This record gives sequence, structure tokens and C-alpha cells, in this order.
Amino acid sequence: MAARNSSGLVAYVNARLLDPATGLDTRGALLTNGETIADVGPGLFQGGVPSGMEVVDCKGLCLAPGLVDMRVQLREPGEEHKETLKSAGEAAVAGGVTSMVCLPNTNPVIDEVATVEFVARRARKIGLAKVYPYAAATKRVEGKELAEMGMLAEAGALGFTDGLKAIRNAQVMRRALTYAATFGLLIVQHPEEPSLAEGGMMNEGELATRMGLSGIPVAAEAIMLERDMRLVEITNGRYHAAHVATAAGVEIIRKAKAKGLPVTCDTAPPYFALNELAVKDYRTFAKLSPPLRSETDRQAVVEGLKDGTIDAVASDHSPQDQDSKRVPFAVAEFGGVGLETLLPVTLDLAHNGHMSLIEALRLITCAPSAILNLAAGRLKVGAAADLVLFDPDRGWKVNAKSFHSKSKNSPFDDRPVQGMVMRTIVDGRTVYTHDA
Amino acid sequence: MTDAAFPHRHLLGIQGLAPSEITSLLDLAEGYVEQNRSSDKRKNLLRGRTVINLFYENSTRTRTSFELAGKRLGADVINMQSAGSSVQKGETLIDTAMTLNAMHLDVLVVRHPDSGAVKLLSEKVNCAVINGGDGSHEHPTQALLDALTIRRRKGKLSGLNVAICGDVRHSRVARSNIYLLNAMGAHVRLIGPRTLLPSGLDRMGVEVFHDMRKGLADVDVIMMLRIQNERMSGNFIPSIREYFHFFGLDREKLGIAKPDAVIMHPGPMNRGVEIDSDVADDVERSLIRSQVEMGVAVRMACLDMLTRDLTRSEGAV
Repeated sequence: MAARNSSGLVAYVNARLLDPATGLDTRGALLTNGETIADVGPGLFQGGVPSGMEVVDCKGLCLAPGLVDMRVQLREPGEEHKETLKSAGEAAVAGGVTSMVCLPNTNPVIDEVATVEFVARRARKIGLAKVYPYAAATKRVEGKELAEMGMLAEAGALGFTDGLKAIRNAQVMRRALTYAATFGLLIVQHPEEPSLAEGGMMNEGELATRMGLSGIPVAAEAIMLERDMRLVEITNGRYHAAHVATAAGVEIIRKAKAKGLPVTCDTAPPYFALNELAVKDYRTFAKLSPPLRSETDRQAVVEGLKDGTIDAVASDHSPQDQDSKRVPFAVAEFGGVGLETLLPVTLDLAHNGHMSLIEALRLITCAPSAILNLAAGRLKVGAAADLVLFDPDRGWKVNAKSFHSKSKNSPFDDRPVQGMVMRTIVDGRTVYTHDA
Repeated sequence: MTDAAFPHRHLLGIQGLAPSEITSLLDLAEGYVEQNRSSDKRKNLLRGRTVINLFYENSTRTRTSFELAGKRLGADVINMQSAGSSVQKGETLIDTAMTLNAMHLDVLVVRHPDSGAVKLLSEKVNCAVINGGDGSHEHPTQALLDALTIRRRKGKLSGLNVAICGDVRHSRVARSNIYLLNAMGAHVRLIGPRTLLPSGLDRMGVEVFHDMRKGLADVDVIMMLRIQNERMSGNFIPSIREYFHFFGLDREKLGIAKPDAVIMHPGPMNRGVEIDSDVADDVERSLIRSQVEMGVAVRMACLDMLTRDLTRSEGAV
């Protein structure tokens, strides 16, 4: 147990400090002073912790920057029966996430300064994970008129995206990139050619044919990315591709980066940990957008993560209530919850030998932070004391029923995973501790 | 008749059935063909049992076939159509399952426009479920009645060349037939324009042709699939006229198949779209009416087999 004191200083001792931003991986201690990190390092408190501080014994477990989740659907305002800012906040901190960036596809859409401020204000009041909104790139996410990007950015929007919809009109995308570049802002695309994906429910191929479901071809992702790369080339706007899931998509980003284009991308745990077989038996919890792809695609996503083509991992948390999922596959909504499985499934990349622990952690801390120009995801003196304490080796079985999220639609339900969040700290306050 | 075990609670598809189980169902159906031809068509095998036909899509042929099958076995048969029912009022499949469970029925026959919907329902009801066609997925009783029709005419299934022609993309009949014919040792060919043949078919143990004249060479059985007129608007095929020219079965194209090749169609036919009346009505070559007759017998066999299993499990409780 921690020894309590009113000085505002908390010493986290006997920790394995992990800071992917600097490559720090060492035994040591960390000191927080109120909301910020006051000191950190291997030599800290070697002579013992001075009296007057609260002491937290980390018992040799990993102390790392709190996770930064760059793609979350919060469902508030508008669909509070699926998720609220509070339930998402609770799910986030249970998953070690201290900062999350939410999509604008709420009801009303986040395309006005007032809605950006509403989300920020509500999240601050709840006081769990920090919430930063993306704003819509186009008004009402209709893909026609540009949203007021400059003012929305001033109000706190971290980037601009039409969320679950691709910006389909090439001229609109060109102008969005061009206009956003005026302010150095980021455009986030859902890379899927809508007419090719229309009516599709899963990966196009043998399995879809056998199941009698219409498929979404890999080309839907590739064509949109190819088009967008041309537009980035002529606009030089900052472009980020969300949840890349195909070998072709990874290759297109790889080539664009080699050309020096200002392009980044992320993927989500389902796309490197699962393949299309997860939808067998019409399992609607594995009906995701983009769809789970073939094993070859999954492996290409892993390769993309290993060689840095894919910059970051986001949970792509998409809560759906039972009525949206306990229906025939064709009519089920797309999406899976992911906040509470983000860490362990990402750590699979380390446990499976694809990368080191610190490299895996980088994908969900400083890497998304850097893309979003967010001051988070680092163990830096003076930075906000947003931390996660976790046991990288502790195994558990995902049980969606016990999730803090209001919705339970996890494609990883029942999966054995390794890596457990023991404590989450936001602005120096412990907001989650694991009971057992 | 056979007493071979049928270790399935439901009949959701052909995929997953062993050849011996298919053979058992066909053998059992043979007996019902004779019963249906006699003056005393009724048996009391399912007396006291309740069968519900729950059809979320309009179908006169299949529903009537199941209704006759149930009644000829002595069951109480009730038809539920989706139009005007609680389904139209937004009731979910799961709610429907709860309602049906409360009614203590024994067999539920379901047709649904979505692939996998029948399986979802089967997981929530206490009775045996027969898939009467789900989306573009499976239509197992159609494949069984097709198999019985072929077997009675050709004496076997194994080794036959069977061509399935037309809109395979949207056809549950095609999928069930592919699984069944493959399982029973027939050689399956699929013929159609590329837009109507979905990807991955080549890995399903079939040969794919886009030229009907090549595909029909040496064929013993030609199964024509129904083209849905609503899909004809320049999306999958440019026009009915063009489709019939290349993929409609007429006397000339029939001449390419073996001289004793037979013609089948799951119905209802679009004459002059996928099939010419001249060949459809050729009593020597067309088995289309025989398919309808076999349909009732096969469905009686399925009801018989599944309620045997029901009796066994009830006995075990």
C-alpha cells in the first residue's frame, strides 16, 4: 500500500521504466508533483525516498507513459445507449489509455466550435482519460463543403476527418488538404472507395462466396490510397490514413513515404491479430470496417508495423449495442470495442517476437502523439503525469462481459492475452487500479 | 428406407453433411415418392407435432412443398409470412425466437433474405430448424431434391458432369448444389458472365467457364439458375437480350451437351431470359416438373429425419 502524504509528491519506486520516446528501458523511479512529472530515472531515490512523499511500490512492473489512442468513437452526444463519455472514460483508463482522440461522427456531428467545446468540457468534468476531438473535415460529414477548420482547430480539434466515411470527392479532398495545409493541420482519411465497398459486409474472396455474403475488395482500400497519394503530391497537405488493413495499402504508404510525402498511417489490433476467418459462423462481433482481411494481408500489416511503414496503432473503439449486433450479419453494424484490449493485443507483437516491448509500446504512446502534435506519451520532466503501470507477462482471458465499456462487442472476446494494466494515472491522480 | 443416424439437430446447409447422411436422406425420400403417388398419401408419423413455415421472403413453391410435406406426415402445419406480421413492426429475430419457443413447436422452416439469419435463429430456438433458403448462402432441400431427381434419372451422382449456369453470385441453390455434388463425387462446372460468378469459386472444387458453348461440352446435367429481372439494369449484365444470346439455354446450346443430357431449373423460370420455352417444356430432356415432385418427398424425408432426432433427444431428457 502507498504511504499517504499531503505534499503532493508521489514517488513511484521499484519500477521498470519504459519510455519509447527516448528508448529508456531501465529499473528506476519516477516522481510526480501534483499534475506533472517532477523527476524520472534509474538513479532516482537510490539513497531512499525522502520522507514526506507518498510512495507507490511498482514491484518491478512496467511504468510507462499512459497510452494515446488516436481513434475512438465515443457515441456522445447522440447514441448514449451505446457509450457515454463516462463509460468510455472508464473503459479507457481500465485499458491504460490516458488520452483518446474521438471521431466526429456523433449526433450532432462535431463540425462546429460549440460541439468541440461540449466534448472537451464534458470530458474534463468526468476527469478520467483526456479526450481530444477530431472535427469533421466537411460540414455534416457530407463530403461537400469544407468545415471551418481553422476555428475548429483553435477550439481544440486535433485533426480533420469525415470519420467512418471516406472523403469520396477528389476535388473536395484536394481542397481539404490544401486548406488544412494553410494551418499545418492534419487530414485523416478512412481509405475505402465507397462505390466499391457499397453493400459489402466482409473481405471479398472465397470465404465470402461460401458464406453468401457480398465482399469488399482489397482494391477499395488501394484505389482510395493511390488517389489520395496523388492529391498529397500536388497539395503537400499532411495526410493520415486510418486503420490500414491490406498488403496493397501498406505497400502504397511505403512507396509514398519513400518519396518523402507527408503521409502517416495507423492500424488497429484486429488487423494484425485476426484475419477474415474470425467472421466464420456469421460472427457479427468480427464485422468491422474495414473488414478483416486475408492471412497474407494480416502478415503484411505486421511487416508494416515492424519496418515503420505503419506509424501507430489505434483501438478503433466502435461500441455497438446488442440490438445492432444480435441480428443477421448483413444488417449488423460494423465495429468492435477496443479500449480495454489495446495494450495486451498490441503487446502480442512483442510476445510473438516481431518487435521489442518498447517498440510495441511506442505504437500506442509517443508515435500517435507525434502525429497529432500532442504533448503526451512521454516520460518527460515537466510533462503531464499520465502514466500506466502494467504487468507485461500476466495472462488473462478477455471477457467482454466484464468490460467497463457500455457495449460488449469485442472481436477478441474469449481470447487469451498477455499484459495487464495494474494502475492508470491521469495528471498525477490514480484513476484506475486493478483489484486482484 | 434407412435408419442410419443423422447426428444433426438442424438442417442448416449441405456444407457439413457427410455423403452417407446425404444418401440416407435421399434413400428415405425414395419411399415418400411412392407414398405420394399412391391414393393414401397420409401417414401419421408426425401426429401431434407442430411445424411452422416462417417465410421472410415470398415463396409459393417452397412453402407449399413444405406445407404438403408436413401435412402428409400428419403434423399440424402453420404458415407465417413476414408481410404484415410483427417482423414488419420491427421485431428482431431474437424476439421472434422467444415467441416461437413459447409456442412449443417441433420444427421450424425458415426462409430469410439474409445469409446466416437462419443459423442465428437456430441458436435461439428449442426446436429443429430447416433452412428454407437464407440470402445467397444455402438452400439445402433444393440441392437434395435436385440430387434425388438426378439419381432417379441417371441412376447415380458420382462421375456425372453437372453444369450450373447463370447467376451463381446471388444463388443459394448454386452453393448448396456445389457442396452436395462435390460431396457425392460429381464434377461441377459453373458457367456465367464474370459479373455473376463471385471470386474464389475456383477454390471450391469446381471448373469455371465464361463461354457456354465450351462449358456444356460432355455435360450430363444442365442446371439453369433464375436471373432476377431486377438485377438486369446495366449493373451485372447489360440486357436480357444480350444475356439470353450468350447464356440462355436454347436448342442449339443444348445440342453441345451429351445427347441424353437433362435440363433442370429450381423455378420459377424466366422463359426467354435464362431458358427457352422450347427446351424447358421438352418432356424428354426437362426434369423441371419432376424436381417439384421430388421436392415434397425430400422435405418429408427431412422432417422425418429431424423429428427422429428430436424424439431421441426428448427421450434422453
